[in-house]
Amino acid sequence: MGLFADGIKPLNVGTSIFRDDIVRQGVACAHVDWKPVAGGDARLVAALDALGNREDVAQANAKAVELIKAAHPVLVGIDHARNVIPGMTDKTILHAGPPIAYENMCGPMKGAIMGALVYEGLAETPEEANELALSGEIEFSPCHEHHAVGPMSGVVSPSMPVHIVENKTHGNRSFATVNEGLGKVLRFGANSQEVIDRLKCIEEEFMPVMRKAIEACGGIDLKSTTAQALNMGDECHNRNKAATALLVRELSVRFMEIDVDPQAAKKALSFICDNEHYFLNLSMPACKCSLESAQGVANSTLVTVMARNGVEFGIKVAGLAGDTWFTGPAQMVQGLMFPGFTEEDAAPDLGDSAITETMGIGGFAMAAAPSIVQFVGGSVPDAIAFSEQMYEITESENPSYSLPVLDFRGAATGIDVMKVVETGILPVINTGIAHRVAGVGQVGAGIVHPPMECFEKALLACTEAFM
Amino acid sequence: MAQYICVRKNAYHDSVSLMTLTNELKKSDEIEDAVVSMATDMNKELAENIGFISDDIQSAGPNDLLIALRCPDEEACERMVVRVDELLQSKKKKAAKSKEATYRSIHQANDDDADLNMAVISVAGDYAAREVNAALDCGMNVMLFSDNVSVEDEVAFKNKAHELGLLVMGPDCGTAIIDGVGLCFANDVRRGSIGIVAASGTGLQEVSVIIDRLGGGISQAIGTGGRDLSAPVGGMMMLDGISKLEDDEDTSVIVLVSKPPVPEVAEKVLHAVEQCTKPVVVCFIADEAHRGGDGIVFARSLEDAAIQAVALSKGEDAPSSGKSVYPVAEEARRFAGKLSANQKSIRALYCGGTLAAEALFEMSKVRDGVVSNVAKKAHQKMSDPFVSTGDTIVDLGDDVFTKGRPHPMIDPSIRCDRIVAEAMDESVGVILLDFELGFGSNADPVGATIEAIEQAQKIAGEQGRHMAFVGYVLGTDRDYQDYQKQCAMLEEAGVLIAQSNLNAVETALAIVGA
Repeated sequence: MGLFADGIKPLNVGTSIFRDDIVRQGVACAHVDWKPVAGGDARLVAALDALGNREDVAQANAKAVELIKAAHPVLVGIDHARNVIPGMTDKTILHAGPPIAYENMCGPMKGAIMGALVYEGLAETPEEANELALSGEIEFSPCHEHHAVGPMSGVVSPSMPVHIVENKTHGNRSFATVNEGLGKVLRFGANSQEVIDRLKCIEEEFMPVMRKAIEACGGIDLKSTTAQALNMGDECHNRNKAATALLVRELSVRFMEIDVDPQAAKKALSFICDNEHYFLNLSMPACKCSLESAQGVANSTLVTVMARNGVEFGIKVAGLAGDTWFTGPAQMVQGLMFPGFTEEDAAPDLGDSAITETMGIGGFAMAAAPSIVQFVGGSVPDAIAFSEQMYEITESENPSYSLPVLDFRGAATGIDVMKVVETGILPVINTGIAHRVAGVGQVGAGIVHPPMECFEKALLACTEAFM
Repeated sequence: MAQYICVRKNAYHDSVSLMTLTNELKKSDEIEDAVVSMATDMNKELAENIGFISDDIQSAGPNDLLIALRCPDEEACERMVVRVDELLQSKKKKAAKSKEATYRSIHQANDDDADLNMAVISVAGDYAAREVNAALDCGMNVMLFSDNVSVEDEVAFKNKAHELGLLVMGPDCGTAIIDGVGLCFANDVRRGSIGIVAASGTGLQEVSVIIDRLGGGISQAIGTGGRDLSAPVGGMMMLDGISKLEDDEDTSVIVLVSKPPVPEVAEKVLHAVEQCTKPVVVCFIADEAHRGGDGIVFARSLEDAAIQAVALSKGEDAPSSGKSVYPVAEEARRFAGKLSANQKSIRALYCGGTLAAEALFEMSKVRDGVVSNVAKKAHQKMSDPFVSTGDTIVDLGDDVFTKGRPHPMIDPSIRCDRIVAEAMDESVGVILLDFELGFGSNADPVGATIEAIEQAQKIAGEQGRHMAFVGYVLGTDRDYQDYQKQCAMLEEAGVLIAQSNLNAVETALAIVGA
């Protein structure tokens, strides 16, 4: 018997020499590969210590993550943006990411806005649309400030049909457009007649049928669909194959039942079937309305939004006023380029789709989706490692979204600004890469992180606001 | 018999996980029957078949979670509902990783392995207090090697540790042996019944090594950090250490090692010693003030502390003369004969700071004008630690030598240039060197120095002088550097080997004819 009933169990923190000498004595020694907390920045360390010791902050975070996990998103309808999105006027254009002036936007976003203005009939040509956008007559606003989310450029104009997703637990709603498919599409900045025609078709032909189908099934449970898809190889950001298939399974009989022309029903159903990313535009608003239930929980340091506009990456924090963004430069995505494209062609990180990671799926659930791992330029062990690492920066795990490869452990949920700054581990995001020139489309896919700056600024703001 | 039925709306769980959960649940003796499943038509029927009938179940849908339990009584039901939630929420962490696991933070390590009980912290001083607090929050004891930690922080975390019943050894603690495991700089000594609490790293090493050589052994050796016995810290860790050893069944004799503390702290410590039921040997290095007392044995040197402790552990008495029990080697006389009349100075170049302090104390007893960079008294201080004059004792572990370099116990080569420089001084008759073996120390300290010794002898020879060297190898036969081999290398180079630090000082004095 010594000082310790079960013997000394050492943990070495610092130079590995001391670990090696303990091991030399035949004693196992765990090791902390130590780095200065928050890069040794005294201001950040002081902020971490101040907030980290506060019971009310810990309680607020526990409460916020419970709200997020309790949220229950259901697709309840589809309608024109102007009819349902708060603050949407005939001259409003919503875009992805934090606020940005039109002249400062990246190529794909400008291209998409020009296309949207032509689609709305506010301009005849993209050139004319550009003039109009520069005139100051159009109000540009982030989707996120209107309970909406949009992939890539995230452009939403008044006439566009948007999915209506309702959080049945807390009653709030979120919105996202209908995914147009791959190739030359508006969200990547394409604005040719073909693109405009497809948007018109979605509005005039697809929406009425889809609305009836949704009504016929009394809403589609997105939480349960996501949960199942995560057990079927999706991570519900870059891979939505299983979720889209589940959606089709839910809807197909309804398309036959509803009172519409069978050809129109067939066309609408085919549109969903032909686009395996259809569910992305349901996954995103589902995450959005879940996370919004935590917005406004006083003293919480959990992240409720991560979004990019192609120039800046922005985050929002639950305990800080809803219109406060913390931004840093959008990063370049590391990954695989499609044949014929190089990294020169890539636009910086873009889109609201990082809302999925904010919710704990997407990159956080990469272990669930081994089949896309190569697509984003990694190996299966990398994917598992990414998912496991995210537990270090989150408040909790979500048993509803379980990851089979991790022995059904719930996905890491509730990104904590304090933990990100303390550990230096940044959230991992699976994402597509847009061509920097408007309209070329997707040129690759890969992995990207937010800039640390966002979290550092947010931490300091929390310290100030929560005192 | 009690029954519990509950439907949780829209709580989707994978059916396989729920089946596993139900199996796990049924292992409990308190469960008569249990259905935990999604409320599909099939599952509802299954529940009904075993007697779980309710309207709630009837109206539940396939996205609802059905929990139906039957237990001997209500309390058991309640316990089992809690158990269901635990299983639903259970963090399915990977099985504890190998103990060689590498982590990013103390908290992460603790989350993975809550049994970790001793954090050895050597991060830069500015960051150390935060890590110490993290370790204490995780219930770990701390060995804090880092220095440059503020007194305020030290007082704060030692108070916290005391409240929690945990040890914080340090800051600036270089040596500990806990449950037979050497931490940082420690020698491979036999386990035994002598417990040490020391505010001095090489002091602890010297005592433990001599105890080992005398056939004794160490139960625990607790370092406190050099500043523990200062007035602001008040000997907190020394006092906690004494109490740990007093309570430790394996400890029969306690040894305290420290430079003389300020009087009010000395009083506190000696008061605690008087309360001990076990015999205590107190070694206040370079101290004239304390001599004998009620039940307290005051050792007169580090060597004496070891001798007294071993005697007490065997229930014997040992005389204490203040002289080393190791006689000065015969060769010292031969060495003395080779020196010229001018060669009267001793240059002691130490890697071990406490050994240097002891040498200063012993040498000053018999020679005037001995100076050192470890001296506290103004007249003994070196005006420039880089320049020796007359009898000089240099601690090369002093900050002035180690800025941006490892401590000389890790890299003794920083002493080499100084050895050569001393040999050029025609007044120098003998150079005294210490070599610390053990964990943490250089893998071949003599090997790293031998060329400098040979060069020094060559330079002196070219100038028509002989240069005497006394070497003390602080180590045991089990130390991985190979004690015998280290000594043999020195002997081959004509270095006279001493048996203890005190013996080394006496040998050097004999050579220059004190």
